Amino acid sequence: MLPLPELTAENTAFWTGGERGELMIAFCEDCAHAVHPPQLLCPRCHSQRVSPRAVAGTGTVYTFTVNHQPWIPGMDVPFILAVVDVDGAPGVRVTTRLTGADPQAVRIGQRVRIGFEQSGDVWIPVWHANEGDAA
Amino acid sequence: MSALAKATITGVGMSDIGRNTNRPAILHLAEAADRALERAGLTRADIDGIATYPGKAENSPGMSPLGTGEVRGALGLQTRWHSAVPDGPAQMAPIMVAAMAVMTGQARHVLCFRALTESSSQTAGRRASIAGAGKAQIGGWMSWLASVGALSASNWAGWMAQRCFHEFGMTREHLGMIAVAERQFACLNPMAVMQKPLTMEDYMAARMISTPLCLFDCDVPIDGAAVVIVSAADAARDCRLPPIRIEAMGSALRSQETWDQRADLTTMGSHDSAADMWARTDIKPHEIDVLGLYDGFSIFVPMWLEALGLCGHGEAKDFIAEGNIAPGGHYPVNTGGGQLSGGRLHGFGLLHEVCLQLWGQAGARQLADPKVGVCGMGGGFIAGSMLLQRD
Repeated sequence: MLPLPELTAENTAFWTGGERGELMIAFCEDCAHAVHPPQLLCPRCHSQRVSPRAVAGTGTVYTFTVNHQPWIPGMDVPFILAVVDVDGAPGVRVTTRLTGADPQAVRIGQRVRIGFEQSGDVWIPVWHANEGDAA
Repeated sequence: MSALAKATITGVGMSDIGRNTNRPAILHLAEAADRALERAGLTRADIDGIATYPGKAENSPGMSPLGTGEVRGALGLQTRWHSAVPDGPAQMAPIMVAAMAVMTGQARHVLCFRALTESSSQTAGRRASIAGAGKAQIGGWMSWLASVGALSASNWAGWMAQRCFHEFGMTREHLGMIAVAERQFACLNPMAVMQKPLTMEDYMAARMISTPLCLFDCDVPIDGAAVVIVSAADAARDCRLPPIRIEAMGSALRSQETWDQRADLTTMGSHDSAADMWARTDIKPHEIDVLGLYDGFSIFVPMWLEALGLCGHGEAKDFIAEGNIAPGGHYPVNTGGGQLSGGRLHGFGLLHEVCLQLWGQAGARQLADPKVGVCGMGGGFIAGSMLLQRD
């Protein structure tokens, strides 16, 4: 069993947006800077008006790894962990598992879209390989 | 700052490290301390400061079984200054704060230590160094990785390696050269835990842990301890060996506290801290004689080489392939076998080895009269750089 994230004022929108199928990213309302992991303060313009909004939920694989080691009992391997540049949120990466792709064929630059899996009171994002782009 | 005499290293010691020793951490620590004191020509009564990273930690089995209080008590030290630094420039933090302590008169001789019992503390289902292991919930930066299944630093390092492969044409063979070179050194070091020769064929056949990193790209959990004594410059004159001067330190960090958001994941905190270090000295990279570079995973070595300016960005693979870091090379790295073959003493073992080399005490692997050493500790967003010079 993976540890679940402790919910905070900063991160609740991100971890619960999946209930509505939405990938929620924090943006500064004053300078439009995307802030991830989310914070209450904008590190660029120092505004306190940072709030979450839904992005398209698509992105491009920046890098990845295929994990082969079962680190905890019951962990099914192998699986892909992808670091993804998120469309519409410059500089933000969302890192999570990538499904629907062959671990032998996954590649940097691959297009992916977000989905969610509920676990307790949070919705863990999961990237899916786009059909026709699964390489 | 220029008016202050620079801090020095006067002694280093390492216990008889091993795998599954089932020996209490404090006995490893006492052995390392006594060896460091003997080398320095000091006694326990001379030690008036103590520092460690990260302090006693219960969150990962055997990761840090000892705090400063226990060690002070067990060794009977009377200290005027103490510090445990979980949040600083990587595993180098206690050495750095000790240097600042002796330079500002808080202490004369600081015993800096790192003790681990990860090997004998691991059991089935209770593995060391797993983010949030056994917890139902986790907070902080690790939560963004652990909650999605990236439980191991091998996953996080794997992302960097994959990106380096993609951008620079680095291959598994390049990483294998690091593992093979460090094993060659280890075979010359009776203290190293891995003593059996490793060939490129062995490396290529090893099982994958987290692509592109295989078993031999990961360091070896051990039981053991290492001690580094940091002394004030005037106090160092009383010691047995020529003091090793801490010429410059660098601890800058310009990216977020996380492993996946740095704009360019073919660089890491090492690049910030190394630049910071070079800005504080007249010594140049080409003057380095010996290197201790963090190799918790092999991929950190090329990243540290580039961070230190020994080659250009993306060129470390060629620098390694030319034989620079291996026995007989111009820039030998981790001459004691590193953590890949010597054992994971969390950076302290690498610094221990650089000091032995500078003192001419490195036995069969001794280099020809090295005078300038560099040590880079940490991977990902944490990093500390230190330039050392034998007076």
